[in-house]
Amino acid sequence: MRILGISAFYHDSAAALLVDGKIVAAAQEERFTRRKHDPRFPARASRYCLAEAKIKASEIDYVVFYEKPFLKFERLLETYLAFVPRGFQSFRKAIPVWLKEKLFQKSVLRNHLREIDSTVDWEAKLLFADHHQSHAASAFFASPFSEAAILTLDGVGEWTTTSAGYGRDNTLDLRREINFPHSIGLLYSAFTYYTGFKVNSGEYKVMGLAPYGQPKYADLILEHLVDLRDDGSFRLDLDYFDYCTGLTMINGRFEALFGGKPRDPSERLEQRHMDLAASVQQVTEEIVLRLTRSLAREGLSQNLCLAGGVALNCVANGKILRDRTFENIWVQPAAGDAGGAVGAALAAYHQFAGRPRTAPARDAMAGGYLGPSFSQFEIRDRLGQAGAAFTELDDDAIIQSTVKALVAEKAVGWFQGRMEFGPRALGARSILGDPRSPSMQSSLNLRVKFRESFRPFAPAVLREDVADWFDLDGDSPYMQIVADVVHRRRRPANPGDHELFGIDRLNIPRSEIPAVTHVDYSARIQTVHADTNKRFHDLLTAFKAETGCPVLVNTSFNVRGEPIVCTPEDAFRCFMGTDIEVLVVGNCFLNKEDQPPSLKLDYKNAFELD
Amino acid sequence: MSFMRELFAFIRARRKFWLIPIFAVMLVLGGLLVLTKGSALAPFVYTLF
Repeated sequence: MRILGISAFYHDSAAALLVDGKIVAAAQEERFTRRKHDPRFPARASRYCLAEAKIKASEIDYVVFYEKPFLKFERLLETYLAFVPRGFQSFRKAIPVWLKEKLFQKSVLRNHLREIDSTVDWEAKLLFADHHQSHAASAFFASPFSEAAILTLDGVGEWTTTSAGYGRDNTLDLRREINFPHSIGLLYSAFTYYTGFKVNSGEYKVMGLAPYGQPKYADLILEHLVDLRDDGSFRLDLDYFDYCTGLTMINGRFEALFGGKPRDPSERLEQRHMDLAASVQQVTEEIVLRLTRSLAREGLSQNLCLAGGVALNCVANGKILRDRTFENIWVQPAAGDAGGAVGAALAAYHQFAGRPRTAPARDAMAGGYLGPSFSQFEIRDRLGQAGAAFTELDDDAIIQSTVKALVAEKAVGWFQGRMEFGPRALGARSILGDPRSPSMQSSLNLRVKFRESFRPFAPAVLREDVADWFDLDGDSPYMQIVADVVHRRRRPANPGDHELFGIDRLNIPRSEIPAVTHVDYSARIQTVHADTNKRFHDLLTAFKAETGCPVLVNTSFNVRGEPIVCTPEDAFRCFMGTDIEVLVVGNCFLNKEDQPPSLKLDYKNAFELD
Repeated sequence: MSFMRELFAFIRARRKFWLIPIFAVMLVLGGLLVLTKGSALAPFVYTLF
């Protein structure tokens, strides 16, 4: 049975292909169109999935969309009705969009699918899954567990914003839910907006900013904005929010409560913004922990699966892990809406078609490497066409040359094998650096990524060495767990360091691997496994042999506002537009100084800021 | 026509018959908005859309 899962039309559209229950391909449309968070129908991603599986469109049994448009419209109408006459401005803008297109999603989908193959009766093959059913299916059916408790958290789907339940074999039972407008995701987004970042993409930045601040406003949030109960259920006081009726997240009362207007994106970040970030982060963690504890009290399982945009909050995930209410946790790597494509397909296979499920040994996501790959022949050809100057090396030599460049503190573009699915680069489309270098973080942020200097980088570490460097002794292959650098690897603070505040704390080397140690000694860890990414594992092993350090800085291969690179040409363009000094694509090794100067690009202003 | 059939099936499944007149009014009002405005620019706040 072949099932194509689709998520689209809101943000991060994606396609995923399931063949007899196995995820054979998945990719986000933005990687092909080069438009960040592209919400359009994932035509190119769908075509890629079919090509990867070498099947024709007519061989697809079902196409499953990841949410139900009628239910969403129902929520829209009931919300407008509940707040009438407020919300007319929003209604005036929303209704034409719905009446022209979104309400007729079935025919819109059918028309897009016809562009892929006009001979297929797509309408007969179209199914729709609930938004949170898709998230829950992506969390449980793709997990390594045969039974588990499930928690999904995001901004909002149709009605649901939070759901909890239990999965066993090929069944899924979501028994509790919190509905719109009460949403932990929207609460976080409100603070994302208030601290001057873009809703739906800036949430990572708020999480990264939080360790610079003190949670001074946490009590205020809990007192006025959130009515939080012992079991983790909550209600928001809507008097402070504008998203039900207006075009922004918050209103004047919210601004008055927190003492000022939202930060303009061009304004400097101040200590107050860091304190706000720390506060909303702490409240989020408190809500999530109460939810997981109450789920654990039900005694249904020792395993927990998570998905939904809020499950990308790896700091909160680390807290759940260390809370030890569950023995094992697994977070869907594409926890956001893109992963809904995988979940919708899995839900159709197991729940709709009733096909049995055997829990996979590791998980069903294949290390996240579900995207396109290029043979050495294709890479050579494509780089040659792009005018690149490169040397082809054998497998050992490419590893040794890369290690040499890393030890020389060069920024290395690393392009190998199948592209990752989900928001993280996991050593297939990555920029790598030496984590021992104290200047690596600011240098990568400012010269290579063109992004804010406060943003932390994540370490990739050999799985077998993770406990030697971090307070974690388990798998985190998808960079979804935050844990501290172990005490013996930390550097003692200098007198006077304690008096520093905010961003000033950034430049103090606080461990043997300062480039990946955040100001609170935390790190967002990726454990690297030989069975899912052998070449990256080989590189880390060789780097360890040379330096004694089994850790590398691993950041996504893109600049701020750009989708992660997909093809060798994308990688070469990014290489030529930034201060990446070495590029390794397959077995091709490229030095920046060997490249024709005429191919240099102005990349800094090439993408709209996120 | 199949759209109306599916919409009614949805209302029946959800047992929200009280939505029918609201749907009708909204469709008329919304239809007017479409006719008078023409623009289908979605606001940037994603929550409702």
